[in-house]
Amino acid sequence: MLVFVMRRLMFAVVLLLAVSFVTYVIFALLPSDPAALTCGKNCKPELIEANRVRLGYDKPLFEQYWRFLKGIFAGREYGTGAAAFECPAPSLGYSFNQKRCVTELITKTFPVTAFLALGAFVLWMIIGLSLGAVAALKKGKWQDRVATGFSAVGVSLPTFYIGLLVLFTFVIWLRVVPFPAYASPLEDPSSFFTSMLLPWATLAVLSAASYVRLTRNGMLEAMNEDFVRLGLAKGLRQRTILRKYVLRSTMIPIVTVAGLDFAALLGGAIITESVFSLPGMGRLTIRAVVDSDLPVLVGTTMVSAVFIVLANVVVDVLYGVLDPRVRVK
Amino acid sequence: METQATATSDVVLSVRDLSVVFDTPDGVVRAVSNVSFDLRAGTTLGIVGESGSGKSVTASSIMRLNTATSASTTGQILVGGVDLLTLPEEDVRRVRGSRVAMVFQDPMSALNPYYSIGEQIAEAYLAHHPNASKSEARAASLDMLTKVGIPNPTRRIDEFPHQLSGGMRQRIVIAIALVNNPRILIADEPTTALDVTVQAQILELMKELQRSEGMSIILITHDLGVVAETADDVLVMYAGRIVERTDVHSLFDHPTHPYSWGLLRSVLSLGESGENELFAISGTPPSMISPPSGCAFHPRCSFASSIGQKCSSEVPVLGSVAGTSSESACHLTDAVKIGLSTSPARGLS
Repeated sequence: MLVFVMRRLMFAVVLLLAVSFVTYVIFALLPSDPAALTCGKNCKPELIEANRVRLGYDKPLFEQYWRFLKGIFAGREYGTGAAAFECPAPSLGYSFNQKRCVTELITKTFPVTAFLALGAFVLWMIIGLSLGAVAALKKGKWQDRVATGFSAVGVSLPTFYIGLLVLFTFVIWLRVVPFPAYASPLEDPSSFFTSMLLPWATLAVLSAASYVRLTRNGMLEAMNEDFVRLGLAKGLRQRTILRKYVLRSTMIPIVTVAGLDFAALLGGAIITESVFSLPGMGRLTIRAVVDSDLPVLVGTTMVSAVFIVLANVVVDVLYGVLDPRVRVK
Repeated sequence: METQATATSDVVLSVRDLSVVFDTPDGVVRAVSNVSFDLRAGTTLGIVGESGSGKSVTASSIMRLNTATSASTTGQILVGGVDLLTLPEEDVRRVRGSRVAMVFQDPMSALNPYYSIGEQIAEAYLAHHPNASKSEARAASLDMLTKVGIPNPTRRIDEFPHQLSGGMRQRIVIAIALVNNPRILIADEPTTALDVTVQAQILELMKELQRSEGMSIILITHDLGVVAETADDVLVMYAGRIVERTDVHSLFDHPTHPYSWGLLRSVLSLGESGENELFAISGTPPSMISPPSGCAFHPRCSFASSIGQKCSSEVPVLGSVAGTSSESACHLTDAVKIGLSTSPARGLS
């Protein structure tokens, strides 16, 4: 098992290196000149050149990439003399637009995204799995219709639409919660919760909808398995069969999807964060796109990639725990 | 009427007038119609028929395992004088796996892939010995593994189903079925999914265990070879009905229903000269949603033309054939039924 995990982790590192290289090169090949973007409209050519040297954009592409990579582990210094400044390790570059190190921008916005993702994840797993289970157990009855109906609606509505609908209903129309203004959970837990409630719900509805289907279909399929019939023929109680036979085989595909979905969210929920003005990584990314802030884009892309690759490793390990057939000796 | 004539105290299971109807989106399927039979203590009853003849549904109805909500089951299933069909679910659960146990067709999918075989046998034991400890259950599993001939049971007990061969898995399924010493074992095509050599081993094992444990077995199969080897009594089913009920010797000596006769003719025996073409019953099994009128077999029956309208209008009832111990559901006269075994196959089909 340990060897298996180590091997997967090593593979993950190689994969991340490849991702970082491809990302860096793609952004470097974009037709915008990062040095020119460092100063505003009335920029003098000398300043552009000076900034180009300061940020290292005068170097060949591979050297730039090497510096970027080195910066992640050793930190990075920009410029010389009095104007010199440093982005300490792990440095993902420097955003001239925001005059901040990318790592600093990400560490500031990441908690918001993480709280959003975590809350939504818990909510959608609870809603999705329980509604799906009810639908499967009451197949064809009204409970099933309600659950599948919810699922169909939830899957079809786009996030921004649900978000606006929720905002309109609860903030403007019913006035049960104030317009979300993000507050740190450490400083002001109660306003943190009221501000996160709507984003959580919005994000959860969409995913819960597809988990209802996943759970329902998985359980119905599992209930038709021969081994479930044998469990019944053994004289096991319905409860035991559901727990040890049906849920176990339903969980396997769900774990896979859930792991990857959660990891993808950690890279930033761009739409939800924008609708509810949450200062998370998704908003950081979208702002970087609008401003052509390449270092920030490379940084957020790398962070997302790390989560997705890690989630893959975790899912693989969980797979082995859940299903003895893929367990490695 | 030999099967009926035996003392009733000898009977461990009586099925009376069993009918199973499925309400499917395509229409109503009468999977089993008015099936009655007795299972005598210590004997093996073979149920023979093609796919769709209702033999498997009959078997799973006995333990009330037809989980489809669209199924409606009527009749009586008497075990020890109690009708299983009217019992509350919890009482039926207590019967399942303890007094009546079941072995399924495909050992590849019948075992839970997520638990070790030891846990799965122990689970069956614990389901009916709620006060037993884990270690007692494990001891019982180990004992069963030895009984069903698993080599090196102390090591195998912690292995998972995917680590075992098909024959081994079927032995495990049998071990699960027998761990609570059931009086009745229902085996639904227990050897169909196995290699021929393994088939023989499994049948031999079942016979052995039947002798040592004194069980009665219902053996469902489409393989007449298996019936010849293991069964005492035989039911031949067609389109959800019993068309012939007899003992195994009479069936092979002188079948009294054209369908049984056709089944026997279509078996290739080693002694036969290769020049004869293998006999096949013409046509295909009937649709169970709209079965043929009258006798469901009449469109495929080579004798129906000699009877005329009756075959397509009137459902024949199962009745004893004079001069034999067999019962047959057919409009032919008893004399013709007895003479079936001498009919040339070619001329009539």
